Amino acid sequence: MTQAIERLTNLSTAPAFNRLQCKECGAEYEPVAKHVCEECFGPLEVKYDYDVIRNTVTRETIEAGPNSIWRYRQFLPVSSNDPIDVGTGMTPLVEAKRLARRLGLKKLFIKNDAVNMPTLSFKDRVVSVALTRARELGFSTVSCASTGNLANSTAAIAAHAGLDCCVFIPADLEAGKVLGTLIYNPTLMAVKGNYDQVNRLCSEVANTHGWGFVNINLRPYYSEGSKTLGYEVAEQLGWQLPDHIVAPLASGSLFTKIYKGFNEFVDCGLVEAKDVRFSGAQAEGCSPISQAFKEDRDFIKPVKPSTIAKSIAIGNPADGVYALEIAKKTNGHIEDVTDAEIVEGMKLLAETEGIFTETAGGTTIAVLKKLAEAGKINPDETTVAYITGNGLKTQEAVSSYVGEPLTIEPKLEAFEAAFERANTLNRLDWEQTTV
Amino acid sequence: MSVKVLIPTPLQKFTNEQATIECDASSIAQLIEALDSSCPGIKDRLCDDSGKPRRFLNFYVNSEDIRFLDNTETVLSDGDEVSIVPAVAGG
Repeated sequence: MTQAIERLTNLSTAPAFNRLQCKECGAEYEPVAKHVCEECFGPLEVKYDYDVIRNTVTRETIEAGPNSIWRYRQFLPVSSNDPIDVGTGMTPLVEAKRLARRLGLKKLFIKNDAVNMPTLSFKDRVVSVALTRARELGFSTVSCASTGNLANSTAAIAAHAGLDCCVFIPADLEAGKVLGTLIYNPTLMAVKGNYDQVNRLCSEVANTHGWGFVNINLRPYYSEGSKTLGYEVAEQLGWQLPDHIVAPLASGSLFTKIYKGFNEFVDCGLVEAKDVRFSGAQAEGCSPISQAFKEDRDFIKPVKPSTIAKSIAIGNPADGVYALEIAKKTNGHIEDVTDAEIVEGMKLLAETEGIFTETAGGTTIAVLKKLAEAGKINPDETTVAYITGNGLKTQEAVSSYVGEPLTIEPKLEAFEAAFERANTLNRLDWEQTTV
Repeated sequence: MSVKVLIPTPLQKFTNEQATIECDASSIAQLIEALDSSCPGIKDRLCDDSGKPRRFLNFYVNSEDIRFLDNTETVLSDGDEVSIVPAVAGG
């Protein structure tokens, strides 16, 4: 990343963010480690001076920046000239022609954060921003409450940055996510409870320990990292916005930040304004936002999660009401799918596009399919589905549904016999499938 | 009923910087009133104009969200622990 950082330093200017502001009541605070408003407990957001950004950022300055999220540094809440750059971001935007044909769509793209660096989920974006800010604020220990991906990312990027790290996860997480955290040698607390209970515990720890919790006291900075999923799609589509996006909903933060990212690019003259529709995906076993959407409520009733899509199993989603508002005002939809449909979604994306996503991605694809079949996606719309995590981390979810290898002797006739048998089985499968 | 209440950082200026306080109450609604008499002004922060707990604030009784119990009518017993926790983003 040396080269990237050198180029970034050359572009350095004064930071464009200056305050934190309550999203509910507008109260303002110094840009310190603080996540809720002292007046009304609303979430705090970073406030920028967009005139500074307009005067310094153009398509050309962005294109000349590093091949990572830090090409959008002026839109991110950090002040240092050497942000933690582990190559996060600028993941592929793949035109998904075979999947589109299967779903009856014409212009479908996959934003593939299953190959985001360094830990194969979109969380590397938010953690790169949060830990850069943590370092600026003087924290030496960083922490998080996580459904797995955030734990992987926090532990890895803390290791890279030389920060001490203690992360909290629900004790029943997938093995890949546990091992994928332990390898970086943080202190890992597996809490006997669901994610919402882990979160509550961490809020109490954050109150007493003075650590930088990426998704608690650093949340205003952390969550801004998700805006880069919006910026990159706009840039990769040739500096224009899509017509429709479909993204998974856990806390609802990612969804709201993609929306914010698109709007900031419009406000700063980087893309033409466009009415983008925002649709959200949940697992039926944890669908508080989808239920509120279907019942036309403006509040979220918490639920107790029970789904294989553990990375998005947040029963009490902090940004749920904002995600709900965005889906409604953009004429989008929020839909949920069963665990069986999630597995089918994972297989469908793998078989048509060669992308192995985790259960959250399976949820997104299954909802995309459901919306397409219900005529809720115009086939001519440029649609982007956000794939936010990697399937190798949740192998348990699909291991019983992907078949077995054909084990053979190292002889030509053994291969021929097995190949013939496989073709016959494929044909029988095909004949049984109603078209 | 004597219960232990965990106070989040933004509210500790009402409790002389105490992170936990003991309180006598037999329901969450009563607890909010009792807190307000020992820590004047705290109710305005806990509740919105209609008197309901603010939407970004969660109340837990022995780790269970009161929305899975009887909301502000949730009954408290001697020795219960009540946590007041602002909403947290995740993943």
